[in-house]
Amino acid sequence: MSNSILKNTENSYGLIAIMFHWLMAISLFSLFGLGLYMVELTYYDAWYKGSLDLHKNIGMTLFVALMLRIVWRVVSVTPKNADETASKIEVKAAHYAHLALYGLMVILMITGYLISTADGRAIDVFGLLSIPALPINFANQEDLAGSIHEILAWTLVLLSAGHALAALKHHFINKNNTLVRMLKVLPRK
Amino acid sequence: MKKTLITSTLATSLLASSLFAALAPNTALATDYKVDVKGAHAFVQFKIKHLGYSWLLGRFNTFDGDFSYDDKSPNSAKINIEIDTKSIDSNHAERDKHLKGKDFLNVSSFPKATFVSNNIKFSDDESAIVTGEFTLKGVTKTISFPIVKIGEGQDPWGGYRAGFSGTTNFKLADYGITYDLGPASTQVEMSLHIEGVRI
Repeated sequence: MSNSILKNTENSYGLIAIMFHWLMAISLFSLFGLGLYMVELTYYDAWYKGSLDLHKNIGMTLFVALMLRIVWRVVSVTPKNADETASKIEVKAAHYAHLALYGLMVILMITGYLISTADGRAIDVFGLLSIPALPINFANQEDLAGSIHEILAWTLVLLSAGHALAALKHHFINKNNTLVRMLKVLPRK
Repeated sequence: MKKTLITSTLATSLLASSLFAALAPNTALATDYKVDVKGAHAFVQFKIKHLGYSWLLGRFNTFDGDFSYDDKSPNSAKINIEIDTKSIDSNHAERDKHLKGKDFLNVSSFPKATFVSNNIKFSDDESAIVTGEFTLKGVTKTISFPIVKIGEGQDPWGGYRAGFSGTTNFKLADYGITYDLGPASTQVEMSLHIEGVRI
């Protein structure tokens, strides 16, 4: 019985999917804010090193979480559309937007990794784990990966905002449980 | 007999001078050197204090240049160096990324740094003062610094080489780099160690 609250059902997300969703949403927006803040810090700021280390630590942890989340999504039941009146185009658009969010997250995190490992240095995660660099790197890797990282971060944040607005639209205008079922596990119908 | 001698001396000297005239452009060319960047026998390095506690060293990996030098008239020497600023390498990709960005070199807007000499004055066989225009981050200033001739001569592969070293010091702020690295790190030392192959 306790199993049923964790897993997705036909009409609801399970607790695991909900936790993944919100923890990653909070982490990603925090990383975005932290990223914008840390690049403006001056050399003599006490946070100059710490902010970058924290950004890398959270980012690497999030990458592991993202891989687990993708596996969880693949092996889980996908709840049916909350909005039964939605047009085919709307359903398709939502589907591709979700795929884009996943794709953006994956590439964003990989580019972040490529910046810090461009000279073969490993990334230290919370002093516990050392993630090695790839055995090969390309010319101007830190610059190219850096530019892509910045562009994708903005793209992801804007797309997430669109995703949030769409959820609010479903909640307040279409009055269906699109948003509600991402906030709590609904009982089986 | 005497007349013949004079004639032949005259002929020889005429021949010699006409030979010299024919060779003159070549002798001028023979004092031109191309910096041996192909064989990487040239280095553009910099050095700046870190927090006032230690030295940080780095270099520019890509540059090119030429110089002319003749030990018969050393003061007519010239040098010309062009540095690709995005080739900065301090052995740390994250730092290099920062150095290439707007806070420091802004390499996308200012991809080249150059030095063109106006005047080289030797005080003895080895030591000279070079004066010329140094351009960095779009700012051009006239600087003077000492150089030393390290040596010149035949190389084992049929070429002729000459090498020089020089070091100069400047304020980062003079070239529009005002990022605060702390009071001990406002000056940078740049060194040029070059070997040229005669062309």
